[in-house]
Amino acid sequence: MKRRTLLKSLAAASATLSASSMAGQLWAAPASKTRLLFVFMRGGYDATSLLVPVSSQYYYQVRPNIAIPKTATLPIDADWGLHPVLADSIHPLFNAGQVAFVPFAGTEDLSRSHFETQDSIELGQALDRTRDYRSGFLNRLASTLNADRASAISFTDQLPLIMQGGLQVPNTALRSVAKPAVDARQAKMIAAMYEHTTLAQQVNEGFEVRDDVMKKMSGEMLAANRNAVSTKGFELEARRIAKLMKDKYNIGFVDVGGWDTHVGQGNATGYLASRLDELGRGLAGFAQEMGPDWKDTVVVVVSEFGRTFRENGNRGTDHGHGTVYWVMGGSVNGGKVHGEQVRLEQPTLFQNRDYPVLNEYRAMFGGLLSRMYGLNAGQVATIFGTKGRDLGLV
Amino acid sequence: MHIPTITRPLAFLPPLLLLLAGCATTSTAPPALKAPADPVALSAALNRISWGVNTSTYRQAEKIGYSAWLERQLHPGAAVLPAAAQAQIDAMTISQKPLPQLVQELEQQRRDYDKAMVDDDAKKAAQRAYQQEMSRLAKEAATRSLLRDLYSPNQLQEQMTWFWMNHFNVHQGKSNLRVLVGDYEEQAIRPHALGKFRDLLASTLHHPAMIRYLDNEQNAANRINENYAREIMELHTLGVDGGYTQNDVQQLARILTGVGVNLGDKTPDVRRDKQSQYVRKGLFEFNPNRHDYGDKVFLGQTVKGRGLAEVDEALDRLSRSPATARYVSRKLAIYFVADEPPPQLVERMAARFLSSDGDIAAVLRTLFDAPEFTQSLGKKFKDPVHYVVSAVRLTYDDKIILNAGPMLGWLNRMAEPLYGRQTPDGYPLMAPGWDSPGQMITRFEIAKAIGNGNAGLFKTEGAQPLEKVAFPQLANALYYQSLQTSLAPATRQALEQAASPQEWNTLLLSSPELMHR
Repeated sequence: MKRRTLLKSLAAASATLSASSMAGQLWAAPASKTRLLFVFMRGGYDATSLLVPVSSQYYYQVRPNIAIPKTATLPIDADWGLHPVLADSIHPLFNAGQVAFVPFAGTEDLSRSHFETQDSIELGQALDRTRDYRSGFLNRLASTLNADRASAISFTDQLPLIMQGGLQVPNTALRSVAKPAVDARQAKMIAAMYEHTTLAQQVNEGFEVRDDVMKKMSGEMLAANRNAVSTKGFELEARRIAKLMKDKYNIGFVDVGGWDTHVGQGNATGYLASRLDELGRGLAGFAQEMGPDWKDTVVVVVSEFGRTFRENGNRGTDHGHGTVYWVMGGSVNGGKVHGEQVRLEQPTLFQNRDYPVLNEYRAMFGGLLSRMYGLNAGQVATIFGTKGRDLGLV
Repeated sequence: MHIPTITRPLAFLPPLLLLLAGCATTSTAPPALKAPADPVALSAALNRISWGVNTSTYRQAEKIGYSAWLERQLHPGAAVLPAAAQAQIDAMTISQKPLPQLVQELEQQRRDYDKAMVDDDAKKAAQRAYQQEMSRLAKEAATRSLLRDLYSPNQLQEQMTWFWMNHFNVHQGKSNLRVLVGDYEEQAIRPHALGKFRDLLASTLHHPAMIRYLDNEQNAANRINENYAREIMELHTLGVDGGYTQNDVQQLARILTGVGVNLGDKTPDVRRDKQSQYVRKGLFEFNPNRHDYGDKVFLGQTVKGRGLAEVDEALDRLSRSPATARYVSRKLAIYFVADEPPPQLVERMAARFLSSDGDIAAVLRTLFDAPEFTQSLGKKFKDPVHYVVSAVRLTYDDKIILNAGPMLGWLNRMAEPLYGRQTPDGYPLMAPGWDSPGQMITRFEIAKAIGNGNAGLFKTEGAQPLEKVAFPQLANALYYQSLQTSLAPATRQALEQAASPQEWNTLLLSSPELMHR
């Protein structure tokens, strides 16, 4: 790949930029307008089926049943093609320069264990030191930005590790929004019981988020009655997230499961295709729902690891290492593939089975967030325990 | 190990108003309250030592006296559960089949479908069935655990079982641990929950759930896996500041080589001169072929290379270390006293730990007799398990639930499912882990579900219940006798405004007082 040499020299150049010179080229939007949605594909998705290495003969050789023919893929560049199921959702955004992919991304965690690697990513801390199991990196980001610039929220039932830490972050799942059983009058009575206790802030904040959700969703409930086809699944969830992130919450987290495809994952169609379809429609729906604010928004999509480059005996794939991250947004430097790359052939596979990790995620996110928020080197180090590496994503 | 020398005065504790303790009558430290005479103090003590005060526990303690009740809690006999609860446990697969049989049947099932199935859909369906069966077994274990928390007369033993399950945490999501967790709780933890710490430590080490969870199966001579060795010292015994080094981790890992799991019926081909060293107990296996027989220097002393006996020697040293005494005592004090426990109390407990050779009941006796314990009553924020179990105990007393599903669902929603903590450090024992805005709001929703009496706790799967569920009566004698007195004015005011008995229940279960123990 010719591009590889170029990117390598660019990366080297950006690595030498000092914090002060980086601070001079801040992203266009003021930090308080900047929105970040972090999407976690839990289960380790088969990135090779998302960003198909169409120039690799070896790929077609070792995936006799589940490879996606080059002619079926959507054009990305000479080496890569996109999964065809994303034709109406992600590919148009890619063509509009609003989606970038970073292959060979991931962690240094070699456990190939779902939960250990997910934890590693969410903690965002170096693996070779004692880790603080109570501090996730989005929490550290929000703390670093302070309350006037950051209003973080997790769109999950539980507060995930990535959002745990020194700052109190609210959480609320939007998958199914039911009218709360505790009504407004009762909420008031409950809040009154807590007024003079140390829990007053949490209780008030909790009811506030609950009411925000209800307010934003009431329009949806009206609209649903008029539309013939109502959105559902992740798209519905993602559109709800957009509604909440448009005015109040500017750092969000959500996870999507179902990617652990050991058996019968399919190719251009099939199980994995339908999962990607749902995710793609959700993210496109999110972009659309954000409207004019999409230009100030960055969506980062990650997974704990990629899967084996070869298919297994069950027409599926097993736990691997390097994967493909997505970065989307109205102002991202999209329409291309970023980061260091290597040609995918048998000798370049990591441990003769997986994608190598050439774009370590903490450095990559450090670089990305420092561009988005104008963080200095010290702040990046506080969040990730390492220097940022600017891949030019925004 | 860092020992803070400044006692934190109680006045610096969060001003949580007048809580269940209701003992804020004097500003000087009251003497140890060994036998609370008044109902409010008795109720507050029972509320902390049990899984939550309810009428039957209160009546029992009142009848035999607090001292005798506490003695029985510290040194319990066999737990006799109410027949309706015991019958549910007896009907479970995990009660009927010994673990090795259960595991082997499941493994066989997996092998069979792997061989027999040709097309992907059939394979997927078979794999789903295998997964579902494992999940069902884990749910049985969780249900059994909750039934004991709710109804066992040995309440302290059950609280300590949860505590040690959390201290020696394993995660059911790994490998086939969903099949193993029930046995781990029943065989490795509960029998030792109030016994000697050394026995408890050893029984976790010999259980396949722990060995598998912390990867000691992969730990072999010249192919060291440090995972378990590190966590034994960092999390189970000495504590992270307990004075061990990276070299000690490696040495302990070498000592632990060969300690593994054998799920099958085959015995490895052990080399001739070491055949007498081979150990197989249930699913536990010590394989001399995988053991590093060299000498080790562990915590400054030589451990002669000789097989499984090295592990016993290491456990002796670890469990008798003063660092372990302090680390474990402090954690117990966090669980039973306060997020920041008084250092002097911890020191007294640690001294008792050492003088009693790690007798857990003796250490707890020191704790429960301490004035610091009495002073702390009503001020400890409940984690979700304590909230859910105590609310159901208070609401339904000895009326046996027929379906633990709703409780398991609530624990999921509040992020503290049984056997669900992924990392080996266990769930947090302090308030900040559990009082997030989303979680507080969820608690109020759960309070309403319980308070309304229609949460589904008495709905069996399939056939409908024969009798109509009794409406929860929280405004009962226990309430008027003790709880009411301890409520803050704001809580009483809210209760007075309740428009219905259901709403009154909901408000009481939502009150700050019911969030603390």
